Amino acid sequence: MHFNYELFLNYLIQGLANGALIALIALGYTIVYGIVELINFAHGEVFMMGAFLAFTIVAATGITSTDPLYQIVGVFLIALLGAMIFSAAINFSIDRVAYRRLRSAPRLAPLICAIGFSFILQQIAIYWKGPVSISPPPLIPSDYRTYNILTELFGLETKVRLKPIDVAVFVITIPLLLLLTWFIRSTRTGKAMRATAQDQQASALMGIDVNRTISTAFVIGGLLAGAAGMIALYYNNIARAQMGFRYGLFAFTAAVLGGIGNLSGAVLGGFLIGFIWAMSDGMVKEYIPSWGAQWTNSVIFGILVIIMVFRPSGLIGEHTTEKV
Amino acid sequence: MSAASTSLPAPYRPEESWGHKHRESLLLAIAIAVFAIYPFVDSWLGFGRLGSWGPMLIYVILAMGLNVVVGYAGLLDLGYAAFFAIGAYTMGFLTSPTSYFIKAGWVPEWMQHFWPALAFSWGTAAIAGILLGAPTLRLRGDYLAIVTLGFGEIVPNFFLNAEGITGGTAGINPIAMPTAVTLFGHRISFTPTDQRNWYWLILFIAVLSFFMIRRFYNSRLGRTWAAIREDEIAASSMGVDLVKTKLLAFAIGASFAGFAGSIYASYFQYVHPDNFQFSVSITILAMVILGGLGNIYGAIVGAILIGFFDRIFAEEMNRPMHWLGDTLGIDFLASHDLKQDKFLVFGLALVIMMLLRPEGLVPSSRRRAELHPETEDIAEAQNQTAYDVEHDEQQLSLGDEGR
Repeated sequence: MHFNYELFLNYLIQGLANGALIALIALGYTIVYGIVELINFAHGEVFMMGAFLAFTIVAATGITSTDPLYQIVGVFLIALLGAMIFSAAINFSIDRVAYRRLRSAPRLAPLICAIGFSFILQQIAIYWKGPVSISPPPLIPSDYRTYNILTELFGLETKVRLKPIDVAVFVITIPLLLLLTWFIRSTRTGKAMRATAQDQQASALMGIDVNRTISTAFVIGGLLAGAAGMIALYYNNIARAQMGFRYGLFAFTAAVLGGIGNLSGAVLGGFLIGFIWAMSDGMVKEYIPSWGAQWTNSVIFGILVIIMVFRPSGLIGEHTTEKV
Repeated sequence: MSAASTSLPAPYRPEESWGHKHRESLLLAIAIAVFAIYPFVDSWLGFGRLGSWGPMLIYVILAMGLNVVVGYAGLLDLGYAAFFAIGAYTMGFLTSPTSYFIKAGWVPEWMQHFWPALAFSWGTAAIAGILLGAPTLRLRGDYLAIVTLGFGEIVPNFFLNAEGITGGTAGINPIAMPTAVTLFGHRISFTPTDQRNWYWLILFIAVLSFFMIRRFYNSRLGRTWAAIREDEIAASSMGVDLVKTKLLAFAIGASFAGFAGSIYASYFQYVHPDNFQFSVSITILAMVILGGLGNIYGAIVGAILIGFFDRIFAEEMNRPMHWLGDTLGIDFLASHDLKQDKFLVFGLALVIMMLLRPEGLVPSSRRRAELHPETEDIAEAQNQTAYDVEHDEQQLSLGDEGR
């Protein structure tokens, strides 16, 4: 059968961009899980709240796609920063108000609490922007939205479309990932986080403030989720209160795929899930005519179930035995 | 620990006292009687709320079933709505004239009626419970929760997408009503307009489920559930068959969702994948947690409280709230619909209960002891059974490792 390279490359670009978003969210799951062993179920909603705040900031400034480019970039960055801080603040507060008190409770108590918060945040979002899908104010000039970098800049005669928003996703994601790597590897707090993830009691004895370190983990997860929220808002050009559920579960699948607790695994898992998502949305239809985007959820949740059942340590994660 | 427990006065054992045992049966009989005569009260006082109580009782069945899995066996199931869906779709497949399976001639004539289909969907849901349970047995609590969540998403997604079989977004409609039965010379028939017989039918099945679940809980199986919930490794080394116990918990829990699903389908004459979303699983979970994990009365109270808020209170309070909003000139109050708040309320219920009272409003004494390992209150310890006292101390002495 003829393999359609151009279509494949188009979906590959889409998959990489979605994968970058998922990786950012997945890191939030994996950092928190690595330290407190809690599946922060509300994380998808933290991401969604970031998108909603970015929406509000852009709408409040009144800058639209017809304004000068420097203003557009400025507003984009302000909204990005605002979303990151907002999401971090939400994640931090949830930990402070609820999870911290449940540190010594049975394992399922904080998880149930997190599910409760995910519902509360979703409902707050509905009060905020209504229950239906909303389109953000047009910020990126519409000719740029469809502008094909490969053709316009390099003069390539190809149907492969690389749009400025695709590039923007990477321009924002990759520095964030590098920054995170540097932070975890080289700073004192990063070292404290790694130590706390290994052994909370021992690191407390070594003078590490465990509660502060855990809060830092929630803040970092929130920052990354907020950035993902802003990018997702303009990448999909749509937002709704329920968007966090799907993204959140896809990201959790990515984190599990990479071995939960493993940072580079989460990024890799994110790109893998993004790739599968894009292929299932568009490419599989070429070979199985009855296939469509509506099966994507089943595929990804199927992967989630299979990985958790047969390889709970992840595809690339090292094998960890259960602590008794 | 033995030295400490011998110094305590002989524990009060409620289950050995004649009065207590009969008090429970008496209260139960009164409660069932109150529910049974409710349709008359409803029409005398002109509430017109029988149509809300039917679905509420279906949710009572669901909460009791989920309580078996989460409360008794301690396996957090976030995809319980999948079994509800399987029960409902089984009823649809077996009895709807538009069903793919009937058109294909796979369903024998005698099975295309409500009663055989009810029994059949009970079994189908139980088998689905085993199919989900079997591969997930060795998973730890939070991983199990996520796997069941994934399963709970896949099942409605499948029903939505497999249009050729399930009707997709159109759902399945119509579905068979229960065939008329003759009881003590009265012919009881079920029509869409007559709510009363429906109410009694659902009540009958709810009471039946209640007694079945209570029997399970008081049996050897129920005690092994408690054992694996409290300490899986200890239970296993005492000879409890983990595989069998967990599978039975999944199967029995799921089977009641099958009951609930098939009545739901027949009652509304319609099944649609949207009725079985994740939020439904969480609603049922909120009921069980609000009422009290591990206590069947708690599950019932939780289901009635949440169902009451969702189906009656929110609707009834809208009018006074709108009036208040109009009078005071507050736009939000005047136009707000309280029914929209239900997920906020469910979410808050989960969070507040977990933080303040994880054992629920109507706790089981054993569950409370597990959730409050720090309790040292002697007065309370005296009211517990000998087993619970010992268990408390064990938790105290082991500290963190005890969990």
